[in-house]
Amino acid sequence: MEVGQMQRAWVEYTRSLFREGFLDAQFQQLQLLQDESNPDFVAEVVSLFFEDSERLLADLTFVLEQQNIDFKKVDAHVHQFKGSSSSIGAQRVKNDCIAFRNFCEEQNIEGCLRCLQQVKQDYYLVKSKLEALIRLEQQIVAAGGSIPMEELSS
Amino acid sequence: MANTSSFSSSPSTKFNFDEKPHVLAVDDNLIDRKVIERLFINSTCKVTTAENGKRALEYLGLADGQHPNHNDLKVNLIITDYSMPGMTGYELLKRIKESPTMKEIPVVVVSSENIPTRINQCMEGGAQEFLLKPLQLSDATKLRCHIKKPLQGGFAGEDDHA
Repeated sequence: MEVGQMQRAWVEYTRSLFREGFLDAQFQQLQLLQDESNPDFVAEVVSLFFEDSERLLADLTFVLEQQNIDFKKVDAHVHQFKGSSSSIGAQRVKNDCIAFRNFCEEQNIEGCLRCLQQVKQDYYLVKSKLEALIRLEQQIVAAGGSIPMEELSS
Repeated sequence: MANTSSFSSSPSTKFNFDEKPHVLAVDDNLIDRKVIERLFINSTCKVTTAENGKRALEYLGLADGQHPNHNDLKVNLIITDYSMPGMTGYELLKRIKESPTMKEIPVVVVSSENIPTRINQCMEGGAQEFLLKPLQLSDATKLRCHIKKPLQGGFAGEDDHA
């Protein structure tokens, strides 16, 4: 694929991610923060998000497996997860966390377990989409092109 | 005494250390620290991050048992998250405002939750501003207005473009 085609593919893919609610405007804010002096900013933040999220999901799974569930701990983890997903623009994950916190407050075990499944599902989905997006960006740059951010505002 | 693994500073490259405003960003969330750092580096500030209130106080020389001898420490703005383990952003704000050496530093509190009583509490506690997360590029521009020019050295005509 030549650069022009890859750039068009990038624009289409990014638009679809916004349209389908995987990502929201906050992700665009991160893209705006990337420039020639920090060309890997988005990839770095995304990578941190993956590490952080996987740790949080492991912690959540552990806490919810206990005989006596410590809802304060669950809430603290979900709060963190809501924060990072919100900061990165991972909209579905963020919304799942909001619902999750409500069940925590009610100390509803069933609800919490369902939320954990949902948030895991949505996290892995957005993870694979972000990985694909970043791979595409890296291919464009490797081929000597630039990421056409300005195309997104149309 | 400063443990460099507890907080990290961006390198000052082109500019003289004294010219760039210095922002201290306190947040327990790694992603948020990274984003705040970038927001301010883009606005040509030096950024130091701390992961909680205790580390922030240590950095400022205000921790229990410390003597505030950081005469050469210049911090022009402190941004702190509200919800942090151990010490909230509000508690950190109070400690800073109680300090004779640090109380003049503008403090901005950020939070992901829009709770009026919390906002009032922080504003009454001496916060310059209370912003909602997630922070955006436009917030960095707003925040630059709060940056206090360093008192020492007399930097007449210092760059302060928005």
